[in-house]
Amino acid sequence: MTQRSQVLAPLAAVALALLAGAVLIAAVGQSPLEVYGLLVQQALGTGYGVGQTLFKCTPLLFAGLSVALAFRAGLFNVGAEGQMYLGGFAAAMVGAYVPLPMPLLLPLAILAAALAGALWAALAGVLKARFGAHEVINTIMLNFIAYALVAWWGRSLFMPATVRTRGIPGAAHIARLEVLLPWLRGSPANFSLVLGLVLACALGVFLFRTRAGYELRVLGLNPGAAEYAGVRIGRAQVLAFALSGALAGLGGTSFVLGYKHWFEQDFTAGAGFMGIAVALIGRNHPLGVCLSALFFGMLAYGGLVVNQRVPADLVNVLRALVILFAISAYALFERAARSARPKPAAAAPASEASA
Amino acid sequence: MSALGVLLFIAATLRITVPYALAAAGASLGERGGVVCLGLEGFMLNSALAYVLGAWYLHDPWLALACAVLAGLATAGLHALVTVAFRADQITSGIGINLLAAGLTRFVLVTVFHSSSNSPRVPGLPELPLGPISDIPALGPLLETPLVLIAIVLVPAAAWLVFRTPFGLRLRATGELPAASAALGLSVGGLRTAGVLLCGALAGLAGAWLASEQHCFTDGMTGGRGYIAIAAMIVGKWHPAGAAAACLLFGATEAAQIALQGSSFPSALLQALPYAVTMLALAGFIGRATPPRALGTPYDPEGA
Repeated sequence: MTQRSQVLAPLAAVALALLAGAVLIAAVGQSPLEVYGLLVQQALGTGYGVGQTLFKCTPLLFAGLSVALAFRAGLFNVGAEGQMYLGGFAAAMVGAYVPLPMPLLLPLAILAAALAGALWAALAGVLKARFGAHEVINTIMLNFIAYALVAWWGRSLFMPATVRTRGIPGAAHIARLEVLLPWLRGSPANFSLVLGLVLACALGVFLFRTRAGYELRVLGLNPGAAEYAGVRIGRAQVLAFALSGALAGLGGTSFVLGYKHWFEQDFTAGAGFMGIAVALIGRNHPLGVCLSALFFGMLAYGGLVVNQRVPADLVNVLRALVILFAISAYALFERAARSARPKPAAAAPASEASA
Repeated sequence: MSALGVLLFIAATLRITVPYALAAAGASLGERGGVVCLGLEGFMLNSALAYVLGAWYLHDPWLALACAVLAGLATAGLHALVTVAFRADQITSGIGINLLAAGLTRFVLVTVFHSSSNSPRVPGLPELPLGPISDIPALGPLLETPLVLIAIVLVPAAAWLVFRTPFGLRLRATGELPAASAALGLSVGGLRTAGVLLCGALAGLAGAWLASEQHCFTDGMTGGRGYIAIAAMIVGKWHPAGAAAACLLFGATEAAQIALQGSSFPSALLQALPYAVTMLALAGFIGRATPPRALGTPYDPEGA
């Protein structure tokens, strides 16, 4: 795919999804332009709206980076949801139960989130590296096992008659962004977002400027070549999964340490799965992922504000359509690019993808 | 446990197993042709809603059943369009379809029934009088349910179709080595589409079962059953009968979990058992679960 179509294809997918969404809006008797206008105006027009958009964007950013990193290594992490869920749970446990003073507790809680996500994801990596078990099914299964585990632990840990853990003391709170930007007042956007942006930069450096990152990318592009060049494939796969899981786990901190200050059942609400869409539209590039997380964050908050006019699920439909249009567009662009080339100069067999 | 208790447990297990077995048989057909059917959850969810809409507007449970199958076919058709015609990534398409169904069904639920949680009550499929069989305690009423009989017929039929007919042979060849199928003059795209559509139709029946049993549509009522069916298909080694056996095991686990609720037994952990079993099967601890060789790889006739 050419450089230009790298950017054009995702934009085309988003445009088509919005168009299909317009049909849906018109079908319930509303004006698409008004609804979309209201959505953008509410999500970006006020300080509070921007703050809400940034808050919704935060877990999507982490999940998008997580999925993108794994994709770069040729691995499909469908488990960001479970990793984020356990990350949030671990952060809440450390925050609420470890008796440490101020400067130590918060970093430890954040570290716990990363570690929980990393370990959970590394399981899929080990199963892939050691037994050749396909990571897609395993990460999906691990999501469900994570839900079951938390439901089980929750029986003794949740506050009576609730589905949340006990509150986390102030020493482990992540500050809200309004401390720095009063304009965002009232919104739950917090410094987890800054952590996410820093990690996006770090991921860029790691992928494109370090030896380990290069190895991961080669592994993703051509496993055979990677092996021939001396990359220890199994180790690289486990590493990729652990890093990917750590990113997803950290995505849980925004809600748990930065907003509610407790763990709540189902708090991830699909943000981990949306990471797939975020990475897809961001073309697995850290900068692209940041922009696409912002777009999906805007949709997520915007859906709530247009609820008076159309069901909020409009945005869920939009997000799913973006995924379907994007993969179709990529496949078709790819095919067009290949047939435009003068001669398929001994096309390398790309059939390595089988499980 | 008393004899009646045992029968009740078996009936509960079968009741849970029916939608799993139908969907898993469907997935075996789709995946044997080489197309990953992760969208099963979405096929089922759309079909469940279609059943309720059909029953609500057409006032006939049999027409509602037809609506459910059509919805399953349509959703599977979308998956086939994206993955077979456009040759896009099959896994992502399945996940996209599940997200689409989750959003779309609630959108329709709110628009049509003005509720984000459930539809009004609709009739289920009528029971078929079976004479003396109906008098068997616990099991009788279950066997009178049309979709149970349909499942009992269709699951072996699916196995027969894949392993005993020319179509099945061609389908499997296409899932193993599509280039060889194409060289024989078979239409790889056509066979794969047929497999996915069959999967959609069977998932449609599974979705109809859920809606017909509950007499309504509730938001997200498939509750991960599509994924369990996929898991069962893997444990059953991509064989409709093996998948059905795995579904029985998972169904029994779920029935036990319900029966043990409130006791001191860690029943919540039983919930995780099917997923753990599937991971063990994939890792090769329970026989080797080897997927069709070309599973997940789009077929490009121009070489590559």
